[in-house]
Amino acid sequence: MEVLSFLADGILVALEPINLLLILIGVTVGLFIGAMPGLGSVNGVAILLPITFLVPPGSAIIFLAAIYYGAMYGGAISSITMGIPGASTAVATTFDGRPLALQGRASLALVTAALASFVGGTVANILFTLFAPLLANMALSFGPPEIFALMLLAFATFVGLGGDDIPKTIFSICLGLVLATVGFDTISGEPRLVLFDIQGFLRGIGFIVLAIGVYGIGEMLWTIEQTRGEVTTTNPKMTAKGMLSDTKEAVRRGWKGTWIGSILGFFVGVLPAAGATPGSLMSYGVAKMVSKNRDEYGKGSPDGVAAPEAANNAASTGSMLPMLTLGIPGSPTTAILLGGMVIWGLTPGPRLFVDESEFVWGLIGSFYISNIAALFINLAFIPLFVWMLRMPFTILAPLIFVLSIVGGFAASRSLHDLWLIVIFGLAAFFLRKFDYPLAPAVLAIVLGPIAEPTMRQSLLLSSGDPMIFFTRPIAGPITVIAIILILLPAIKLLRPKRSKGAA
Amino acid sequence: MKLTKRFFLGMAAGTALATLPISALAQEWQPKRPIDFTIMAGPGGGADQIARFVQSVVEANDMMSRPLVPTNRGGGSGAESLLHLKDARDADHTLMVTLNSFYTTPIRQEGLGVDIEAFTPITMMGVDPFVLWVHKDSGITTFEEFIAKVKEMDGEYVMGGTGTGQEDSIVIAYMSGAFGLDIKYIPYDGGGAVAKDLAGQQIMATVNNPAEAKGFYEAGDFVPLLVFSDERMETFPDVPTMKEKGHDFSYYNQRAIVGAPGMSDEAAAYYRDVFGKVYESEDWQSYLTSESLSPLPMDEAQTRAYWATQVANHRKLLSEIDG
Repeated sequence: MEVLSFLADGILVALEPINLLLILIGVTVGLFIGAMPGLGSVNGVAILLPITFLVPPGSAIIFLAAIYYGAMYGGAISSITMGIPGASTAVATTFDGRPLALQGRASLALVTAALASFVGGTVANILFTLFAPLLANMALSFGPPEIFALMLLAFATFVGLGGDDIPKTIFSICLGLVLATVGFDTISGEPRLVLFDIQGFLRGIGFIVLAIGVYGIGEMLWTIEQTRGEVTTTNPKMTAKGMLSDTKEAVRRGWKGTWIGSILGFFVGVLPAAGATPGSLMSYGVAKMVSKNRDEYGKGSPDGVAAPEAANNAASTGSMLPMLTLGIPGSPTTAILLGGMVIWGLTPGPRLFVDESEFVWGLIGSFYISNIAALFINLAFIPLFVWMLRMPFTILAPLIFVLSIVGGFAASRSLHDLWLIVIFGLAAFFLRKFDYPLAPAVLAIVLGPIAEPTMRQSLLLSSGDPMIFFTRPIAGPITVIAIILILLPAIKLLRPKRSKGAA
Repeated sequence: MKLTKRFFLGMAAGTALATLPISALAQEWQPKRPIDFTIMAGPGGGADQIARFVQSVVEANDMMSRPLVPTNRGGGSGAESLLHLKDARDADHTLMVTLNSFYTTPIRQEGLGVDIEAFTPITMMGVDPFVLWVHKDSGITTFEEFIAKVKEMDGEYVMGGTGTGQEDSIVIAYMSGAFGLDIKYIPYDGGGAVAKDLAGQQIMATVNNPAEAKGFYEAGDFVPLLVFSDERMETFPDVPTMKEKGHDFSYYNQRAIVGAPGMSDEAAAYYRDVFGKVYESEDWQSYLTSESLSPLPMDEAQTRAYWATQVANHRKLLSEIDG
């Protein structure tokens, strides 16, 4: 196998002292950037890009990729310990990670996240190594109709996410979709829904702004009200023995989610329009859909932590694929990495694998090493993060509030976003009081900006004929499956209720 | 806090001493705080690349005593950036990296009340020409074959671009008008997405800056048919220009650094000096060559005159598209 000898060379490049050192620093820095609410790999990579001119390009990209990896691991940490997604890619991790932490099982959730991330990253690396050219062709065969069909499928897997109240779930999705349309419309080239002529809305409403508002501010208000300020999280104990048994439990109760997340996350990540955030949300939806104990989801299922975490790591490797094979960014972070490559004097594109083979394989080799480094560094820090949870709520709550505000501001440096965070937080609190599920709204604001333009592009292509979603060989089957999934709950509603849990 | 401040002052003094023989004393004005380096587009595009490249050259050669802080403000096709500069509280520390939405956005969105002629010209870093590309599997190798094909498809020929009113749509609209073409135009949200869908043959042709299509061109996937520059480009010596085809039209994307309105003359002089050095640097010159940008050095008065003609031209071109 020619590929394996290239890979071996690549791993050797990654193990050179300078590269290894950069990997360790990068992963650790990334872990903390990812753990900071609001700040994700995009910010980390953008901030540190100029520093990389001090080292050769091969080492520079290895460093940035290590930050990317570390941030994917780190995102789970604040999702679990504080209930605020550390990065957009870790939103789905809050759904089950936070309940586990509230039950005093934060270390189980963190260990599950770390292991799932590791497996996700490794599976993706192997798929990448073996099938890169094939997968690049697959990515190219996804035009606007195919991407739209995929987004439809993502929505379909999530209709069940809000619990049993389907009208409220649909309301929540619509709310998210409307928020997603604010700002500049690419297709018509005109601004739209610039509310009250406030110029901040020209940029649109960022996903992270909504997520911090809903999960940071809204969730905290909710907790304060529910407990009248007397939150007593069960004091988490941290012993080596405890961590070992957590590891065993994580493997036992999280393997299914891990596999689903690894595979699905990777393939969604490979598609340039999608990326890690939709990948992790879809994986959560699918893991829930195929699970036997669906009721456990949302209340602290290790599978529910494993699926999105495996997926976001797998997707981050996946999104490197179009970057390296086609010169097209698969995610906002890889867009910046691509810019970096141009600055370092490399030409991204189909020739990169051939012309700069040492650079490419060194980078791929570094994925393997970064992944191992991230696992151990993350496991080593878990006791620290769990210890944070032992702080009294009266200290933790203001701390979360401050972190939400600082993180929300740091990401965009815009005061406008801060006001939005506060408004969304309050709105989320009241919606929650009336039992509206909010996860579907968050999903919609992620997928809406991908679904809407691809739908309109497709209809432009077909001169307005919606059959384009059914007649194309790849889009057709995906659309049909998505429609069946959407109709399923409606059929269930119409049929008389059968005894629950019989399946 | 005091300790850190003193520490940094010490550091700064040390650096100043070390570089004394080269730069210092020649300049009266120096930035007092980090410089807001606004980018008129999102991360990953051409303007973003250039901003970060410039930043890296400045950092690597220690050209400024305060850092440039790049921030992407691409909202509303650059409207967000334009308003940010227009309302800048500290004009002396606010700069912007532009593309042609600098001209088009204030025309298309008159409600913004932005008059670009109030902005402060700093440095023209170069201009980016446009090229018409098709996929090699289409079998089309010349512009004439392209015209014949589009006419034969009668309204079903699909081109992709970065959106109505964006640079490439202006070029396509001109071309369509000049040759009587009926083209189906699909807008995308970035040059990368357009290139990907041409590579996957979801669309049939596109007009792009060379940098965005270079990888696929070198791999032999994309075929250039026509360039929209004044002269033939060094990179594609065999590709004819629009002018050779009998139409007096050329179109470039402006890659410039612009200061906020109301910037003091001293500050503007300082930035012109710094970015002038960046422009002269070997790094930038090789970037110009590798990314097929054309140099277009101008002083302040020339830049203002250039802006005025660009605004007039764009007003005319856009009215033809929208009209």
